Amino acid sequence: MTSEASPTPDSVVRIAGLDKVFSRDGRVVTTALQGIDLHIRRGEFVSLIGPSGCGKSTLLRLIGDLTEPTSGTVTINGKPAPQARRDRDYGMVFQAPVLFDWRTVEDNVKLPLELMGYDRRRREARAHEMLELVELGEFLHHHPYQLSGGMQQRVAIARALAFEPSILLMDEPFGALDEMTRERMNQEVLRIWERTGITVVFVTHSIPEAVFLSSRVVVMSARPGRITDVIEIDLPRPRDVETREQPRYFERITDVREALRRGGGGSEPGDIASSDRAMAEGGIG
Amino acid sequence: MTTALAERRVPGGPPRESRVARWVGRAWFYLPAVVVFVGTIALWEIVVRNVQIRAFPLPAPTQIADALQQNWSAGRWPLSKAATATLFEAIGGLAIGTTAGIGVAFVTARFTTARELLLPLSIGAGAVPIIAFAPLMNNWFGVLNPLSKMMIVAVLVFFPVVINMIRGLTQVDPAALELMRSYASSEWAILRKLRVPNALPYFFTALKVGTTLSLIGAIVGEYFGGSSEVLGRVIVQSASALRFDVTWAAIVLSAATGIVFYLAVVAIERLVIPWHASVRGHEP
Repeated sequence: MTSEASPTPDSVVRIAGLDKVFSRDGRVVTTALQGIDLHIRRGEFVSLIGPSGCGKSTLLRLIGDLTEPTSGTVTINGKPAPQARRDRDYGMVFQAPVLFDWRTVEDNVKLPLELMGYDRRRREARAHEMLELVELGEFLHHHPYQLSGGMQQRVAIARALAFEPSILLMDEPFGALDEMTRERMNQEVLRIWERTGITVVFVTHSIPEAVFLSSRVVVMSARPGRITDVIEIDLPRPRDVETREQPRYFERITDVREALRRGGGGSEPGDIASSDRAMAEGGIG
Repeated sequence: MTTALAERRVPGGPPRESRVARWVGRAWFYLPAVVVFVGTIALWEIVVRNVQIRAFPLPAPTQIADALQQNWSAGRWPLSKAATATLFEAIGGLAIGTTAGIGVAFVTARFTTARELLLPLSIGAGAVPIIAFAPLMNNWFGVLNPLSKMMIVAVLVFFPVVINMIRGLTQVDPAALELMRSYASSEWAILRKLRVPNALPYFFTALKVGTTLSLIGAIVGEYFGGSSEVLGRVIVQSASALRFDVTWAAIVLSAATGIVFYLAVVAIERLVIPWHASVRGHEP
Protein backbone atom coordinates (compact mmCIF):
# COMPACT_ATOMS: atom_id res chain seq x y z
CA MET A 1 0.00 0.00 0.00
CA THR A 2 2.81 2.36 0.86
CA SER A 3 4.60 1.54 -2.35
CA GLU A 4 1.32 2.25 -4.13
CA ALA A 5 1.02 5.73 -2.62
CA SER A 6 4.60 6.88 -3.06
CA PRO A 7 5.06 7.93 -6.65
CA THR A 8 7.84 6.76 -8.86
CA PRO A 9 10.07 9.77 -9.54
CA ASP A 10 8.74 10.36 -13.04
CA SER A 11 5.08 9.60 -12.38
CA VAL A 12 2.76 12.56 -12.85
CA VAL A 13 -0.64 10.90 -12.92
CA ARG A 14 -1.36 7.76 -10.96
CA ILE A 15 -4.89 6.39 -11.00
CA ALA A 16 -5.79 3.31 -8.96
CA GLY A 17 -9.04 1.38 -8.78
CA LEU A 18 -11.09 4.31 -9.95
CA ASP A 19 -14.88 3.99 -10.21
CA LYS A 20 -17.30 6.73 -11.11
CA VAL A 21 -21.00 6.15 -10.67
CA PHE A 22 -23.67 8.72 -11.37
CA SER A 23 -26.64 8.19 -9.11
CA ARG A 24 -29.88 9.95 -8.41
CA ASP A 25 -31.78 9.57 -5.12
CA GLY A 26 -29.33 6.89 -4.07
CA ARG A 27 -30.05 4.84 -7.19
CA VAL A 28 -27.27 4.09 -9.65
CA VAL A 29 -28.11 5.71 -12.96
CA THR A 30 -24.90 5.15 -14.91
CA THR A 31 -21.63 3.47 -14.19
CA ALA A 32 -19.44 5.90 -16.06
CA LEU A 33 -16.11 4.34 -15.18
CA GLN A 34 -15.14 1.03 -13.65
CA GLY A 35 -11.83 -0.18 -12.31
CA ILE A 36 -9.58 2.36 -13.98
CA ASP A 37 -5.85 1.98 -13.38
CA LEU A 38 -3.51 4.27 -15.26
CA HIS A 39 -0.05 5.71 -14.80
CA ILE A 40 1.22 8.61 -16.84
CA ARG A 41 4.91 9.48 -16.80
CA ARG A 42 6.33 12.96 -16.81
CA GLY A 43 6.50 14.42 -20.30
CA GLU A 44 4.21 11.82 -21.86
CA PHE A 45 1.53 12.65 -24.40
CA VAL A 46 -1.38 10.34 -23.64
CA SER A 47 -4.65 10.27 -25.60
CA LEU A 48 -7.90 8.85 -24.30
CA ILE A 49 -10.03 7.49 -27.12
CA GLY A 50 -13.30 5.63 -27.22
CA PRO A 51 -16.91 5.79 -28.34
CA SER A 52 -19.31 8.41 -27.01
CA GLY A 53 -20.32 7.58 -23.48
CA CYS A 54 -17.18 5.61 -22.64
CA GLY A 55 -16.35 8.10 -19.93
CA LYS A 56 -13.16 9.50 -21.44
CA SER A 57 -14.17 13.07 -20.67
CA THR A 58 -15.27 12.00 -17.20
CA LEU A 59 -11.85 10.42 -16.66
CA LEU A 60 -10.19 13.66 -17.72
CA ARG A 61 -12.43 15.62 -15.36
CA LEU A 62 -11.56 13.24 -12.54
CA ILE A 63 -7.86 13.76 -13.18
CA GLY A 64 -8.47 17.52 -13.08
CA ASP A 65 -10.64 17.32 -9.95
CA LEU A 66 -13.61 18.86 -11.72
CA THR A 67 -15.65 15.93 -10.43
CA GLU A 68 -15.11 13.45 -7.59
CA PRO A 69 -14.54 9.70 -7.88
CA THR A 70 -17.01 7.28 -6.33
CA SER A 71 -14.10 5.13 -5.23
CA GLY A 72 -10.42 4.79 -5.99
CA THR A 73 -7.68 7.40 -6.01
CA VAL A 74 -6.24 9.97 -8.35
CA THR A 75 -2.74 11.05 -7.43
CA ILE A 76 -1.06 13.94 -9.20
CA ASN A 77 2.61 14.60 -8.54
CA GLY A 78 2.26 12.51 -5.40
CA LYS A 79 -0.71 14.55 -4.11
CA PRO A 80 -4.44 13.88 -4.10
CA ALA A 81 -6.15 15.56 -7.06
CA PRO A 82 -7.96 18.28 -5.02
CA GLN A 83 -4.63 19.33 -3.55
CA ALA A 84 -3.09 19.38 -7.03
CA ARG A 85 -5.88 21.64 -8.21
CA ARG A 86 -5.33 24.03 -5.32
CA ASP A 87 -1.63 23.98 -6.18
CA ARG A 88 -2.54 24.96 -9.74
CA ASP A 89 -1.00 21.89 -11.31
CA TYR A 90 -3.53 21.80 -14.15
CA GLY A 91 -3.89 23.69 -17.36
CA MET A 92 -7.26 23.00 -18.98
CA VAL A 93 -8.34 23.33 -22.59
CA PHE A 94 -11.95 22.52 -23.42
CA GLN A 95 -13.72 21.83 -26.66
CA ALA A 96 -14.90 25.44 -26.77
CA PRO A 97 -12.16 28.04 -26.30
CA VAL A 98 -14.07 29.58 -23.33
CA LEU A 99 -12.46 32.97 -23.81
CA PHE A 100 -13.97 35.93 -22.00
CA ASP A 101 -15.55 38.23 -24.57
CA TRP A 102 -14.84 41.31 -22.52
CA ARG A 103 -11.11 40.69 -22.39
CA THR A 104 -8.59 41.19 -25.15
CA VAL A 105 -6.48 38.23 -26.26
CA GLU A 106 -3.69 39.40 -23.99
CA ASP A 107 -5.96 39.88 -21.00
CA ASN A 108 -7.51 36.45 -21.50
CA VAL A 109 -4.08 34.89 -21.21
CA LYS A 110 -3.43 37.02 -18.14
CA LEU A 111 -6.59 35.81 -16.38
CA PRO A 112 -5.03 32.85 -14.52
CA LEU A 113 -1.97 34.94 -13.73
CA GLU A 114 -4.14 37.61 -12.07
CA LEU A 115 -5.88 34.94 -10.02
CA MET A 116 -2.58 33.46 -8.97
CA GLY A 117 -1.10 36.74 -7.87
CA TYR A 118 1.61 37.29 -10.48
CA ASP A 119 2.76 40.90 -10.44
CA ARG A 120 2.02 43.15 -13.40
CA ARG A 121 5.45 42.83 -14.98
CA ARG A 122 5.48 39.05 -14.87
CA ARG A 123 1.89 38.85 -16.10
CA GLU A 124 2.78 40.87 -19.12
CA ALA A 125 5.98 39.00 -19.83
CA ARG A 126 4.32 35.59 -19.52
CA ALA A 127 1.31 36.58 -21.64
CA HIS A 128 3.54 37.90 -24.41
CA GLU A 129 5.78 34.87 -24.27
CA MET A 130 2.85 32.45 -24.46
CA LEU A 131 1.18 34.31 -27.30
CA GLU A 132 4.46 34.27 -29.20
CA LEU A 133 4.58 30.53 -28.57
CA VAL A 134 1.18 30.03 -30.22
CA GLU A 135 2.13 32.55 -32.91
CA LEU A 136 -0.45 35.14 -32.00
CA GLY A 137 2.02 37.81 -30.93
CA GLU A 138 0.42 40.37 -33.23
CA PHE A 139 -3.06 39.87 -31.83
CA LEU A 140 -2.55 41.02 -28.25
CA HIS A 141 -5.17 43.73 -28.40
CA HIS A 142 -7.77 41.92 -30.45
CA HIS A 143 -10.97 40.70 -28.90
CA PRO A 144 -11.89 37.02 -29.21
CA TYR A 145 -14.73 37.70 -31.65
CA GLN A 146 -12.20 39.09 -34.10
CA LEU A 147 -10.37 35.75 -34.29
CA SER A 148 -11.13 32.54 -36.15
CA GLY A 149 -12.02 29.35 -34.24
CA GLY A 150 -8.52 27.94 -34.58
CA MET A 151 -6.92 31.15 -33.36
CA GLN A 152 -9.28 31.27 -30.39
CA GLN A 153 -8.29 27.76 -29.43
CA ARG A 154 -4.63 28.78 -29.64
CA VAL A 155 -5.35 31.61 -27.21
CA ALA A 156 -6.94 29.03 -24.90
CA ILE A 157 -3.77 26.93 -25.11
CA ALA A 158 -1.60 29.96 -24.37
CA ARG A 159 -3.81 30.71 -21.36
CA ALA A 160 -3.55 27.11 -20.13
CA LEU A 161 0.23 27.16 -20.35
CA ALA A 162 0.75 30.65 -18.97
CA PHE A 163 1.14 29.69 -15.31
CA GLU A 164 3.38 26.72 -16.08
CA PRO A 165 1.14 23.91 -14.89
CA SER A 166 2.77 20.51 -14.69
CA ILE A 167 0.01 18.81 -16.65
CA LEU A 168 -2.12 19.93 -19.58
CA LEU A 169 -5.63 18.45 -19.80
CA MET A 170 -7.27 18.80 -23.21
CA ASP A 171 -10.88 17.74 -23.72
CA GLU A 172 -11.51 17.33 -27.45
CA PRO A 173 -9.92 20.72 -28.04
CA PHE A 174 -10.14 20.55 -31.83
CA GLY A 175 -13.45 18.74 -32.14
CA ALA A 176 -15.20 21.84 -33.43
CA LEU A 177 -12.59 22.70 -36.05
CA ASP A 178 -12.53 21.74 -39.69
CA GLU A 179 -10.15 18.99 -40.78
CA MET A 180 -7.47 21.24 -42.24
CA THR A 181 -7.35 23.50 -39.24
CA ARG A 182 -7.37 20.50 -36.96
CA GLU A 183 -4.29 18.98 -38.61
CA ARG A 184 -2.52 22.30 -38.36
CA MET A 185 -3.45 22.59 -34.69
CA ASN A 186 -2.16 19.06 -34.10
CA GLN A 187 1.16 20.07 -35.54
CA GLU A 188 1.19 23.15 -33.37
CA VAL A 189 0.35 21.25 -30.19
CA LEU A 190 3.21 18.86 -30.87
CA ARG A 191 5.60 21.73 -31.37
CA ILE A 192 4.49 23.30 -28.08
CA TRP A 193 4.67 19.98 -26.30
CA GLU A 194 8.19 19.36 -27.58
CA ARG A 195 9.25 22.84 -26.59
CA THR A 196 7.76 22.85 -23.08
CA GLY A 197 8.07 19.19 -22.16
CA ILE A 198 4.72 19.34 -20.38
CA THR A 199 2.69 16.20 -19.68
CA VAL A 200 -0.46 16.12 -21.82
CA VAL A 201 -3.67 14.13 -21.40
CA PHE A 202 -5.73 14.51 -24.54
CA VAL A 203 -9.31 13.34 -25.08
CA THR A 204 -10.35 12.77 -28.68
CA HIS A 205 -12.80 11.04 -30.98
CA SER A 206 -10.38 10.92 -33.84
CA ILE A 207 -8.09 7.93 -34.35
CA PRO A 208 -5.65 9.74 -36.69
CA GLU A 209 -5.37 12.60 -34.26
CA ALA A 210 -4.67 10.28 -31.33
CA VAL A 211 -2.05 8.31 -33.27
CA PHE A 212 -0.33 11.36 -34.69
CA LEU A 213 0.01 13.13 -31.36
CA SER A 214 0.49 10.50 -28.70
CA SER A 215 3.21 8.51 -27.11
CA ARG A 216 0.46 6.21 -25.85
CA VAL A 217 -3.18 5.83 -26.81
CA VAL A 218 -5.53 4.63 -24.08
CA VAL A 219 -8.47 2.82 -25.68
CA MET A 220 -11.72 2.81 -23.73
CA SER A 221 -15.07 1.10 -24.14
CA ALA A 222 -18.52 2.09 -22.98
CA ARG A 223 -21.06 0.78 -20.45
CA PRO A 224 -19.33 0.55 -18.11
CA GLY A 225 -16.46 2.80 -19.16
CA ARG A 226 -13.18 0.95 -18.81
CA ILE A 227 -9.73 0.80 -20.33
CA THR A 228 -9.53 -2.06 -22.79
CA ASP A 229 -6.14 -1.43 -24.34
CA VAL A 230 -3.11 0.81 -24.19
CA ILE A 231 -1.22 1.16 -27.44
CA GLU A 232 2.33 2.48 -27.65
CA ILE A 233 2.81 4.75 -30.64
CA ASP A 234 6.40 4.22 -31.67
CA LEU A 235 6.46 6.71 -34.52
CA PRO A 236 9.69 8.73 -34.65
CA ARG A 237 9.76 12.32 -33.50
CA PRO A 238 9.58 15.08 -34.42
CA ARG A 239 6.44 14.20 -36.29
CA ASP A 240 5.25 16.25 -39.23
CA VAL A 241 3.26 16.00 -42.45
CA GLU A 242 5.53 13.17 -43.58
CA THR A 243 4.58 11.15 -40.52
CA ARG A 244 1.02 10.98 -41.78
CA GLU A 245 2.23 9.21 -44.89
CA GLN A 246 4.36 6.52 -43.26
CA PRO A 247 3.17 2.90 -43.35
CA ARG A 248 3.78 2.63 -39.63
CA TYR A 249 1.36 5.47 -39.02
CA PHE A 250 -1.37 3.53 -40.81
CA GLU A 251 -0.43 0.37 -38.93
CA ARG A 252 -0.93 2.16 -35.61
CA ILE A 253 -4.22 3.57 -36.82
CA THR A 254 -5.31 0.04 -37.65
CA ASP A 255 -4.13 -1.14 -34.20
CA VAL A 256 -6.21 1.49 -32.48
CA ARG A 257 -9.21 0.83 -34.69
CA GLU A 258 -9.09 -2.88 -33.98
CA ALA A 259 -8.64 -2.28 -30.28
CA LEU A 260 -11.74 -0.08 -30.36
CA ARG A 261 -13.67 -2.75 -32.20
CA ARG A 262 -12.66 -5.42 -29.70
CA GLY A 263 -13.52 -3.15 -26.81
CA GLY A 264 -16.82 -2.27 -28.39
CA GLY A 265 -18.03 -5.88 -27.92
CA GLY A 266 -19.88 -4.94 -24.77
CA SER A 267 -22.14 -2.35 -26.29
CA GLU A 268 -24.93 -2.51 -28.80
CA PRO A 269 -24.17 -2.68 -32.54
CA GLY A 270 -25.73 0.73 -33.07
CA ASP A 271 -23.16 2.24 -30.78
CA ILE A 272 -20.28 0.74 -32.65
CA ALA A 273 -21.63 2.01 -35.92
CA SER A 274 -22.10 5.53 -34.63
CA SER A 275 -18.76 5.68 -32.86
CA ASP A 276 -17.06 4.34 -35.95
CA ARG A 277 -18.63 7.06 -37.95
CA ALA A 278 -17.40 9.61 -35.46
CA MET A 279 -13.93 8.18 -35.68
CA ALA A 280 -13.94 7.90 -39.43
CA GLU A 281 -14.37 11.66 -39.61
CA GLY A 282 -10.62 11.91 -39.09
CA GLY A 283 -10.26 10.04 -42.36
CA ILE A 284 -7.08 8.51 -43.63
CA GLY A 285 -7.28 9.90 -47.14
CA MET B 1 5.03 28.82 -40.00
CA THR B 2 3.43 29.27 -43.37
CA THR B 3 0.35 27.39 -42.30
CA ALA B 4 -0.13 29.71 -39.38
CA LEU B 5 0.27 32.67 -41.69
CA ALA B 6 -2.58 31.54 -43.87
CA GLU B 7 -4.94 31.77 -40.96
CA ARG B 8 -3.90 35.24 -39.97
CA ARG B 9 -5.83 38.34 -40.69
CA VAL B 10 -4.36 41.72 -41.15
CA PRO B 11 -4.28 43.35 -37.72
CA GLY B 12 -6.94 46.01 -37.55
CA GLY B 13 -9.41 44.10 -39.68
CA PRO B 14 -10.44 44.53 -43.29
CA PRO B 15 -9.24 47.56 -45.25
CA ARG B 16 -11.05 50.67 -44.10
CA GLU B 17 -13.46 52.51 -46.29
CA SER B 18 -12.84 56.19 -46.68
CA ARG B 19 -14.54 58.47 -44.17
CA VAL B 20 -16.79 59.96 -46.83
CA ALA B 21 -17.89 56.54 -48.03
CA ARG B 22 -18.77 55.55 -44.50
CA TRP B 23 -20.83 58.68 -43.95
CA VAL B 24 -22.63 58.17 -47.22
CA GLY B 25 -23.33 54.57 -46.23
CA ARG B 26 -24.64 55.65 -42.88
CA ALA B 27 -26.85 58.37 -44.36
CA TRP B 28 -28.22 55.86 -46.86
CA PHE B 29 -29.00 53.49 -43.96
CA TYR B 30 -31.00 56.08 -42.05
CA LEU B 31 -32.62 57.72 -45.07
CA PRO B 32 -35.87 55.67 -45.15
CA ALA B 33 -36.55 56.37 -41.47
CA VAL B 34 -35.93 60.08 -41.95
CA VAL B 35 -38.16 60.19 -45.03
CA VAL B 36 -41.03 58.45 -43.22
CA PHE B 37 -40.68 60.75 -40.22
CA VAL B 38 -40.56 63.97 -42.17
CA GLY B 39 -43.31 62.74 -44.48
CA THR B 40 -45.63 62.01 -41.57
CA ILE B 41 -45.08 65.45 -40.07
CA ALA B 42 -45.66 67.12 -43.44
CA LEU B 43 -48.81 65.11 -44.06
CA TRP B 44 -50.11 66.03 -40.61
CA GLU B 45 -49.46 69.72 -41.33
CA ILE B 46 -51.17 69.55 -44.73
CA VAL B 47 -54.21 67.66 -43.45
CA VAL B 48 -54.78 69.96 -40.47
CA ARG B 49 -54.48 73.06 -42.65
CA ASN B 50 -56.65 71.91 -45.53
CA VAL B 51 -59.32 69.84 -43.84
CA GLN B 52 -59.99 72.70 -41.45
CA ILE B 53 -59.86 70.60 -38.33
CA ARG B 54 -60.55 72.94 -35.45
CA ALA B 55 -57.11 73.89 -34.27
CA PHE B 56 -57.52 73.09 -30.62
CA PRO B 57 -58.13 69.33 -30.64
CA LEU B 58 -55.33 68.70 -33.12
CA PRO B 59 -52.94 71.56 -33.73
CA ALA B 60 -50.70 71.48 -36.78
CA PRO B 61 -47.01 70.70 -36.26
CA THR B 62 -46.11 74.33 -36.89
CA GLN B 63 -48.52 75.45 -34.15
CA ILE B 64 -46.96 72.96 -31.76
CA ALA B 65 -43.54 74.26 -32.67
CA ASP B 66 -44.77 77.80 -32.00
CA ALA B 67 -46.16 76.76 -28.63
CA LEU B 68 -42.91 75.06 -27.81
CA GLN B 69 -40.94 78.16 -28.67
CA GLN B 70 -43.22 80.64 -26.90
CA ASN B 71 -43.48 78.61 -23.72
CA TRP B 72 -39.87 77.48 -23.68
CA SER B 73 -38.82 79.55 -20.70
CA ALA B 74 -41.64 82.04 -20.16
CA GLY B 75 -45.31 82.14 -19.26
CA ARG B 76 -47.46 80.00 -17.08
CA TRP B 77 -45.93 76.78 -18.40
CA PRO B 78 -42.15 77.13 -18.78
CA LEU B 79 -41.51 73.95 -20.73
CA SER B 80 -37.73 73.73 -20.48
CA LYS B 81 -37.90 74.11 -16.73
CA ALA B 82 -40.64 71.49 -16.53
CA ALA B 83 -38.70 69.02 -18.67
CA THR B 84 -35.58 69.51 -16.58
CA ALA B 85 -37.49 68.92 -13.35
CA THR B 86 -39.17 65.78 -14.72
CA LEU B 87 -35.90 64.43 -16.09
CA PHE B 88 -34.32 65.05 -12.70
CA GLU B 89 -37.04 62.96 -11.04
CA ALA B 90 -36.63 60.24 -13.66
CA ILE B 91 -32.87 60.06 -13.29
CA GLY B 92 -33.06 60.10 -9.50
CA GLY B 93 -35.70 57.39 -9.48
CA LEU B 94 -33.78 55.30 -11.99
CA ALA B 95 -30.69 55.58 -9.81
CA ILE B 96 -32.55 54.53 -6.66
CA GLY B 97 -34.42 51.67 -8.35
CA THR B 98 -31.32 50.44 -10.15
CA THR B 99 -29.18 50.50 -7.03
CA ALA B 100 -31.81 48.60 -5.06
CA GLY B 101 -32.29 46.18 -7.93
CA ILE B 102 -28.57 45.48 -8.24
CA GLY B 103 -28.30 44.92 -4.50
CA VAL B 104 -31.20 42.49 -4.41
CA ALA B 105 -29.89 40.70 -7.52
CA PHE B 106 -26.46 40.18 -5.95
CA VAL B 107 -27.88 38.76 -2.74
CA THR B 108 -30.38 36.67 -4.66
CA ALA B 109 -27.86 35.28 -7.10
CA ARG B 110 -25.52 34.34 -4.28
CA PHE B 111 -27.87 32.77 -1.75
CA THR B 112 -30.64 30.36 -2.64
CA THR B 113 -32.60 31.22 0.49
CA ALA B 114 -32.56 34.87 -0.46
CA ARG B 115 -33.81 33.93 -3.89
CA GLU B 116 -36.80 32.17 -2.39
CA LEU B 117 -37.55 35.11 -0.10
CA LEU B 118 -36.83 38.08 -2.33
CA LEU B 119 -37.86 36.97 -5.77
CA PRO B 120 -41.60 36.73 -4.99
CA LEU B 121 -41.36 40.15 -3.41
CA SER B 122 -39.67 41.57 -6.49
CA ILE B 123 -42.25 39.99 -8.75
CA GLY B 124 -44.94 41.44 -6.51
CA ALA B 125 -43.39 44.88 -6.75
CA GLY B 126 -43.21 44.49 -10.50
CA ALA B 127 -46.86 43.45 -10.72
CA VAL B 128 -48.29 46.47 -8.89
CA PRO B 129 -49.89 48.87 -11.38
CA ILE B 130 -47.86 51.98 -10.79
CA ILE B 131 -50.98 54.17 -10.83
CA ALA B 132 -52.06 52.44 -7.63
CA PHE B 133 -48.79 53.39 -5.96
CA ALA B 134 -48.55 57.01 -7.04
CA PRO B 135 -50.94 58.65 -4.55
CA LEU B 136 -49.39 56.64 -1.72
CA MET B 137 -45.86 57.73 -2.55
CA ASN B 138 -47.01 61.35 -2.78
CA ASN B 139 -48.46 60.91 0.67
CA TRP B 140 -45.41 59.17 2.15
CA PHE B 141 -42.65 61.39 0.82
CA GLY B 142 -44.53 64.66 0.45
CA VAL B 143 -46.37 65.70 -2.66
CA LEU B 144 -44.01 68.64 -3.31
CA ASN B 145 -40.88 66.62 -2.66
CA PRO B 146 -39.33 65.30 -5.90
CA LEU B 147 -38.41 62.21 -3.89
CA SER B 148 -42.06 61.10 -4.00
CA LYS B 149 -41.87 60.92 -7.81
CA MET B 150 -38.45 59.29 -7.67
CA MET B 151 -39.80 56.53 -5.46
CA ILE B 152 -42.59 55.85 -7.94
CA VAL B 153 -39.97 55.59 -10.67
CA ALA B 154 -37.79 53.42 -8.45
CA VAL B 155 -40.59 50.90 -7.89
CA LEU B 156 -41.20 50.83 -11.62
CA VAL B 157 -37.61 50.18 -12.72
CA PHE B 158 -36.70 47.89 -9.82
CA PHE B 159 -38.21 44.74 -11.27
CA PRO B 160 -36.58 44.73 -14.72
CA VAL B 161 -33.22 45.47 -13.12
CA VAL B 162 -33.55 42.59 -10.64
CA ILE B 163 -34.64 40.08 -13.26
CA ASN B 164 -31.99 41.04 -15.78
CA MET B 165 -29.19 41.21 -13.23
CA ILE B 166 -30.04 37.82 -11.75
CA ARG B 167 -29.93 36.42 -15.23
CA GLY B 168 -26.62 38.05 -15.99
CA LEU B 169 -25.03 36.90 -12.76
CA THR B 170 -26.27 33.31 -12.90
CA GLN B 171 -26.46 32.43 -16.58
CA VAL B 172 -22.74 31.99 -16.95
CA ASP B 173 -21.15 29.54 -19.36
CA PRO B 174 -20.68 26.34 -17.31
CA ALA B 175 -17.36 25.76 -19.04
CA ALA B 176 -16.19 29.18 -17.84
CA LEU B 177 -17.07 28.16 -14.30
CA GLU B 178 -15.08 24.94 -14.72
CA LEU B 179 -12.17 26.97 -16.03
CA MET B 180 -12.28 29.16 -12.94
CA ARG B 181 -12.55 26.05 -10.81
CA SER B 182 -9.47 24.59 -12.46
CA TYR B 183 -7.63 27.73 -11.32
CA ALA B 184 -8.89 27.05 -7.79
CA SER B 185 -10.36 30.56 -7.73
CA SER B 186 -12.50 31.85 -4.89
CA GLU B 187 -16.21 32.66 -5.19
CA TRP B 188 -15.25 36.30 -4.87
CA ALA B 189 -12.84 36.07 -7.80
CA ILE B 190 -15.48 34.29 -9.87
CA LEU B 191 -17.92 37.07 -9.08
CA ARG B 192 -15.49 39.81 -10.01
CA LYS B 193 -13.84 38.28 -13.04
CA LEU B 194 -16.72 36.33 -14.52
CA ARG B 195 -20.20 37.00 -13.17
CA VAL B 196 -20.13 40.78 -13.09
CA PRO B 197 -18.70 41.27 -16.59
CA ASN B 198 -21.12 38.64 -17.83
CA ALA B 199 -24.00 40.62 -16.27
CA LEU B 200 -23.07 43.95 -17.87
CA PRO B 201 -24.97 43.49 -21.14
CA TYR B 202 -28.03 42.38 -19.15
CA PHE B 203 -27.64 45.40 -16.93
CA PHE B 204 -27.65 47.77 -19.88
CA THR B 205 -30.73 46.09 -21.29
CA ALA B 206 -32.48 46.79 -17.99
CA LEU B 207 -31.18 50.34 -17.95
CA LYS B 208 -32.42 51.06 -21.45
CA VAL B 209 -35.87 49.75 -20.57
CA GLY B 210 -35.54 51.82 -17.40
CA THR B 211 -35.05 55.13 -19.21
CA THR B 212 -38.46 55.07 -20.84
CA LEU B 213 -40.12 53.54 -17.79
CA SER B 214 -38.63 56.21 -15.55
CA LEU B 215 -40.15 59.05 -17.57
CA ILE B 216 -43.51 57.33 -17.61
CA GLY B 217 -43.29 56.85 -13.85
CA ALA B 218 -42.29 60.43 -13.19
CA ILE B 219 -45.07 61.89 -15.35
CA VAL B 220 -47.72 59.56 -13.90
CA GLY B 221 -46.59 60.55 -10.41
CA GLU B 222 -46.90 64.20 -11.34
CA TYR B 223 -50.51 63.73 -12.43
CA PHE B 224 -51.36 63.09 -8.81
CA GLY B 225 -50.13 66.45 -7.70
CA GLY B 226 -47.00 68.32 -6.85
CA SER B 227 -45.03 71.24 -8.14
CA SER B 228 -46.74 72.77 -11.18
CA GLU B 229 -43.51 73.23 -13.13
CA VAL B 230 -43.14 69.64 -14.25
CA LEU B 231 -44.23 68.00 -17.52
CA GLY B 232 -47.06 66.00 -15.96
CA ARG B 233 -48.67 69.06 -14.41
CA VAL B 234 -48.19 71.11 -17.57
CA ILE B 235 -50.00 68.44 -19.57
CA VAL B 236 -52.90 68.24 -17.09
CA GLN B 237 -53.26 71.98 -16.62
CA SER B 238 -52.85 73.08 -20.22
CA ALA B 239 -55.37 70.46 -21.33
CA SER B 240 -57.92 71.63 -18.81
CA ALA B 241 -57.29 75.19 -19.98
CA LEU B 242 -57.95 73.94 -23.54
CA ARG B 243 -54.47 75.02 -24.60
CA PHE B 244 -53.88 71.86 -26.58
CA ASP B 245 -51.00 73.40 -28.47
CA VAL B 246 -49.13 73.60 -25.16
CA THR B 247 -50.26 70.08 -24.20
CA TRP B 248 -48.86 68.80 -27.46
CA ALA B 249 -45.68 70.76 -27.00
CA ALA B 250 -45.23 69.14 -23.60
CA ILE B 251 -45.89 65.69 -25.07
CA VAL B 252 -43.37 66.26 -27.84
CA LEU B 253 -40.88 67.52 -25.30
CA SER B 254 -41.34 64.51 -23.02
CA ALA B 255 -40.82 62.19 -25.96
CA ALA B 256 -37.70 64.10 -26.96
CA THR B 257 -36.42 63.97 -23.39
CA GLY B 258 -37.02 60.22 -23.32
CA ILE B 259 -35.11 59.75 -26.56
CA VAL B 260 -32.18 61.82 -25.35
CA PHE B 261 -32.12 59.91 -22.07
CA TYR B 262 -32.19 56.60 -23.94
CA LEU B 263 -29.43 57.64 -26.33
CA ALA B 264 -27.28 58.78 -23.42
CA VAL B 265 -27.52 55.30 -21.92
CA VAL B 266 -26.75 53.73 -25.30
CA ALA B 267 -23.66 55.93 -25.54
CA ILE B 268 -22.51 54.81 -22.10
CA GLU B 269 -23.20 51.21 -23.06
CA ARG B 270 -20.97 51.54 -26.09
CA LEU B 271 -18.17 52.90 -23.97
CA VAL B 272 -18.48 50.23 -21.29
CA ILE B 273 -19.13 47.05 -23.30
CA PRO B 274 -17.73 47.67 -26.79
CA TRP B 275 -16.97 43.93 -27.01
CA HIS B 276 -20.57 42.81 -26.80
CA ALA B 277 -22.45 41.51 -29.83
CA SER B 278 -25.30 43.97 -29.31
CA VAL B 279 -22.91 46.88 -29.56
CA ARG B 280 -20.31 45.93 -32.15
CA GLY B 281 -21.43 45.91 -35.75
CA HIS B 282 -24.57 47.80 -34.81
CA GLU B 283 -24.19 50.28 -37.60
CA PRO B 284 -23.46 49.66 -41.26
